[in-house]
Amino acid sequence: MLWRDIIYQYDGTFDGLLCCIYESYTKKEHPTAFYGDGDEMFSLFETRTVVTERAHAERIARSLRKLSPDVLPFLRRVFLTCLDEKELAIYRFVVKLYREGAPYLTRLSDDTYQPLLRAVRHLSAETEHLRGFLRFSVFDGMLGAEIEPKNRVLPLLRGHFCERCHDETFFIYDRTHREALLYSDGCSRIVPLDAFEMAPPDDEEAAYRRLWKRFYDTIAIHERENPRTRMTHMPKRYWNTMTEFQSENDVPPLPPA
Amino acid sequence: MELLEKLTILADAAKYDAACTSSGAKRGHKEGMIGCTSSAVAGCCHTFSADGRCVTLLKVLLSNDCSYECKYCVNRRSNDVPRATFEPRELAELTIGFYRRNYIEGLFLSSAVLTSPDRTTERMIAALRLLREEYRFNGYIHAKAIPGTSPELVSQLGLLADRLSVNIELPSETSLRALAPNKTKAAILAPMRQIRDRAAESKAELVKYRSAPRFAPAGQSTQLIVGASGESDRHIMRLTESLYGRFSLKRVFYSAYVPVVESTLLPSLDTKPPLLREHRLYQADWLLRFYGFRADELLDESQPNFDPRLDPKCCWALRHPEFFPVEANRADYEALLRVPGVGVVSAKRILVARRTGPLHADDLKKLGVVMKRAQYFLTCSGRLATPLRLSGAGILANLMAVERATLPAEAGEQLSLFA
Repeated sequence: MLWRDIIYQYDGTFDGLLCCIYESYTKKEHPTAFYGDGDEMFSLFETRTVVTERAHAERIARSLRKLSPDVLPFLRRVFLTCLDEKELAIYRFVVKLYREGAPYLTRLSDDTYQPLLRAVRHLSAETEHLRGFLRFSVFDGMLGAEIEPKNRVLPLLRGHFCERCHDETFFIYDRTHREALLYSDGCSRIVPLDAFEMAPPDDEEAAYRRLWKRFYDTIAIHERENPRTRMTHMPKRYWNTMTEFQSENDVPPLPPA
Repeated sequence: MELLEKLTILADAAKYDAACTSSGAKRGHKEGMIGCTSSAVAGCCHTFSADGRCVTLLKVLLSNDCSYECKYCVNRRSNDVPRATFEPRELAELTIGFYRRNYIEGLFLSSAVLTSPDRTTERMIAALRLLREEYRFNGYIHAKAIPGTSPELVSQLGLLADRLSVNIELPSETSLRALAPNKTKAAILAPMRQIRDRAAESKAELVKYRSAPRFAPAGQSTQLIVGASGESDRHIMRLTESLYGRFSLKRVFYSAYVPVVESTLLPSLDTKPPLLREHRLYQADWLLRFYGFRADELLDESQPNFDPRLDPKCCWALRHPEFFPVEANRADYEALLRVPGVGVVSAKRILVARRTGPLHADDLKKLGVVMKRAQYFLTCSGRLATPLRLSGAGILANLMAVERATLPAEAGEQLSLFA
């Protein structure tokens, strides 16, 4: 019997996606697209909403774990990337993995597998970048930062910053995906947050920003100036949330001595 | 003097130090302390300065008020520059303030020689102790050990810092005598030897007692200036190799000489820093540390310097046609690493990917092999990866064309003189 083409609408969670895979196998359907929670849907294809059931998701998770303990963590990471049609890419990967078994996982150059690997590399690189390029401001003893990542990096930044800023209270706002990582008293959570406006810096904060900008400008060796290398290591898209690239005007002038 | 001004003077004076890494120390959060050292293997870059160098530490001198007279140095006694010295408390507050805002991973503290090496080191120890003990700073600290410091002070310094470094400054004793009259080879090597032995001792103690004090857990590094004196690349590479071997250094840094001083002993003030040469030395340094090359394989007496037009690995490959082609589906890891265009990561991927079936040329590309370079040196199931059949000279010309595109514009122009 031929598998039917269909579009799945799901709740946008990873477990939801696993349920779609379950649905596809039990109903012998062949998804051609996935719509997440907020996506608009206009299509001539048949569309059905897949309800997320823990048992179904667990069934798929168990089967994947049996093939290799690394698959599920890998797919969770793919799910955080900004890969185009990532649900479809994950679905196709899983289908192929079921068909070929665990040895498929060593075929790093396979056309279904390799884009996923590349997307995860992009995600890891961005996480690594933001560990360094993220800038906190201090407001009344609390730390706050804004970032504009392409991938959903907050779950991956969580462990690092919770350890680094263990005794602090802090938040990191992700402008792209409109969510925030909140941390205080040893507990952290990620919550959706539609709009957020950073408070202007107070005197102490402004002074530190000025010191840092000055340090940054001073540490470069003029005779070795190399804008291309700088841009390779630190793409310009990060600059607008970094203190050292804010013009002096954004920092209020020093109070008269 | 205002803090902003002090920071400007003391960062400006420290900027010629190449080392700025926060790698090698894994220390988690500690109760009541601020921060931790990065868990990532490669450290953490917090920004890149306009010259494209990674900034990960607050790199400053404790003071630039130097009593030495090194000819190549901006801070030498006879130079007319503004002088400043940090108060330990000032420095500690600055470090903590920057650290909390995620500007830096920690502190890189060096200093000019204030009257004597011992006096200077005592002041550095006082500043670091304040930072560690009163300000409870648990982040990364890189401290410079000044040649001529007494061993007791070096061992105190090593207990406060994650990494120590002693600058070897110039690649030979002759140059040292001419350009840095207050420093001798013996005085430089003595603390390096001490740091090596003390770190090994500390590791052995840690095996027995979990709470044994850690001495420079991230090891030691050094730096030498390239292009201020006449040594060949071969000399520098052999020196590097022996430093890695005999002193178990973590890194050797090269710093292209930037002329800051008019002196008959030095290149003239309008000389451009030899950046391409420095780049080639770093490439060769990587070949020594990660690719299993030895210094004598890369350069010999007939060819004492690297070819600026090609990277050292390509040069080696072209001189050893008998080693190639390497069969991607069969060769061992060490052989794959010697192929231009194949790196540590792509070599490992090849090993994994070929388990389930033979690889073809387009698979290699997807695994991250740079085929622009590798195609002349690899076969896939007996078939050469390139459609072209070229002689050694033809390969050289093609590789040079690939390389030219990656070099900065002026370097390309300079190079056209050779062609």
